[in-house]
Amino acid sequence: MEMTGAQMVIEAMKLEGVDTVFGYPGGAIMNVYDELYKQNDFKHILTRHEQAAVHAAEGYARATGKVGVAFVTSGPGFTNAVTGLATAYMDSIPLVVISGQVPITLIGTDAFQEIDATGISRSCTKHNYLVRSAKELPHILKEAFYLANSGRPGPVHVDIPKDVTAELAKFEYPTHVEIPTYKPTTKGNVRQIKKAAEAICNAKRPVFYLGGGIIHSGSADLVREFVAATQIPAVETLMARGVLDHDDPLLLGMVGMHGSYQANMAMSEADLMIALGPRFDDRVTGKLSEFGKHAKIIHVDIDPSSIGKLVDVDYPIVGDLKEVLDVMIPKVKECVDPDKYQAWREILKRYNEIHPLTYEDSDKVLKPQWVIERVGQLLGDKAVISTDVGQHQMWTAQFYPFSFPRQFITSGGLGTMGFGFPAAMGVKRARPDMISVNFTGDGSILMNIQELVTAVESRLPVINIILNNHYLGMVRQWQTFFYDKRYAETDLSFQPDFVRLAEACGGIGYRVETKEEFDEALKDAVDKGVVAMIDVIVDRDENVLPMVPSGGTLYNMMLEYKD
Amino acid sequence: MMKVERRVISVIVQNEHSVLARITGLFAARGYNIEALTVAPIPDSNMSRLTIETKGNVRVIEQIIKQLHKLIPTFKVIEHEEMVEKEMVLMKFPINESLANIQALCEAYNGGIVNVSSQHIITMIADEPKRVKHFIEAAQRFHPVEIVRGGVVAMERE
Repeated sequence: MEMTGAQMVIEAMKLEGVDTVFGYPGGAIMNVYDELYKQNDFKHILTRHEQAAVHAAEGYARATGKVGVAFVTSGPGFTNAVTGLATAYMDSIPLVVISGQVPITLIGTDAFQEIDATGISRSCTKHNYLVRSAKELPHILKEAFYLANSGRPGPVHVDIPKDVTAELAKFEYPTHVEIPTYKPTTKGNVRQIKKAAEAICNAKRPVFYLGGGIIHSGSADLVREFVAATQIPAVETLMARGVLDHDDPLLLGMVGMHGSYQANMAMSEADLMIALGPRFDDRVTGKLSEFGKHAKIIHVDIDPSSIGKLVDVDYPIVGDLKEVLDVMIPKVKECVDPDKYQAWREILKRYNEIHPLTYEDSDKVLKPQWVIERVGQLLGDKAVISTDVGQHQMWTAQFYPFSFPRQFITSGGLGTMGFGFPAAMGVKRARPDMISVNFTGDGSILMNIQELVTAVESRLPVINIILNNHYLGMVRQWQTFFYDKRYAETDLSFQPDFVRLAEACGGIGYRVETKEEFDEALKDAVDKGVVAMIDVIVDRDENVLPMVPSGGTLYNMMLEYKD
Repeated sequence: MMKVERRVISVIVQNEHSVLARITGLFAARGYNIEALTVAPIPDSNMSRLTIETKGNVRVIEQIIKQLHKLIPTFKVIEHEEMVEKEMVLMKFPINESLANIQALCEAYNGGIVNVSSQHIITMIADEPKRVKHFIEAAQRFHPVEIVRGGVVAMERE
């Protein structure tokens, strides 16, 4: 059957089971939007900025594990989308981003709204395509979805010139994909798995180092089973929050720069690290030469280039975590004696008693940690929590009681301010049954504040909780600790009226300064089910602690700050 | 500091749009250096072969190889150990230099004179990279006006 390129794009979305596309039209992608106008199979959500469209698609993908989709136009439409692509790339999020391009005949002529889009996206996508004829489109689109969500997931960019979207060609959508050069290793090496299992059973002080790959591979249930069967304590990276239930006694908390004392000490004193799908980010390892100094390391990852990238690994296992665990867990169960680690668990428990993750509450001023804990008490597992980037993000990772995977949606690798709100819209679209809460800062929220309009128009009731300290808080914290309090350009005392801003866009706003006011505002926002901004005035000078200074060692945490 | 090694890697890739840019971009983005690069299609296939000469410590080389593998169009990465390596050089000399001496020098390095015009002699040699270096040094006495090195090609001995 013959179709135009634009029709093929729409048809491929249907065949891939896409129910939502986030996007923003423009000249070069107009043919696709014209076809989109004629269909009712999936919904298009019009964001007010292309960056937000991609973040919203990411929120959707992160909340479901399905491929998120965004449409943008050429030139500035595409360059605006780049931050979203890079965010997804760093966190291995499956996305397909389709951009319009100037007609083939004009490529390379500095045409209006022309940019070398694939040249730009090459370094921040898993793969990209410049489509050169409508004939190529069906297999390129099929491949794009396949590549995005197989192996190590990631964003795929498809750039389609305007004349290709108008060109007629035969449409035969492939049923399966055959890329001879792309064969991700999914089965781990059995002999290596066996050796790793033996190492686990022989260890005295083992620790699970749980990473985001667990969530991507859908193996959180297996990991829970593994941890329960072995009774080995576990730390989670930022991207793995929610793999274990917050009240699991074996969960030591988050590891790394703002990790808990017991988690960081466990990593420092362990004799074996069982690393399941983390990437040894510098925010986790601190000073590399001191990281896991006493430990042998088992590293399971589907991406061979992640293994041994920064630290030497004793038991490298390339494979899909789910398939590897299927083989590894029974082998470990055969030999493991959970009682053996009792003394080790006691040591870590003691560390937690000496330095628990805590903060000093106050009746005079709201503490940001209290706000997060309170939302946890009131909404718990009824909410999916997104964040922007900064102090509020770390406090959320530390203090929110996450109880299931994909409950915590955050930009880890790239650390993208402006991510939270659009991502939370994507979450709401993907999980209408859940309350979508975005913890944000007074700095972050302004980076994509225009999405208030989208959220209201598209009926995506996100509750934004601004932990407002009138600072670019995390930078201010570093300036306090390491720059003699020279607060260069981090004082955000001049602010818009967030309440009126929310109202101006058709949402609802609250300004909150006490615990009672906060409870009332949150309850009201949940009850009303509309787009809300709760502007919470919090302690200006609160710091995120513990802290491992950049390049410091995990066992030398700053546990408090004294003026 | 880990020892810096010279390595020659061949990469077989699908012969598709912008594949070379993907490979060189991978090196550029990570600050790795390409010393020499040779590319040509493989006869009777839709693949191309790239031969890359690079330098780095063991960890860097290992990362390079893994990253090359990771590119979607990459079919195969060959880390050469026991290999035959050749590099080609074209060199242009003024016509008033000794034709016979130049001819003799080139023959010693697997080459000869390939073009003579009213102004210049052009010679070609193909030899191992180390010997190519020696040839270039030795040829200086004939006052070359232009030198074009072709980059390494390599093949496993077995």
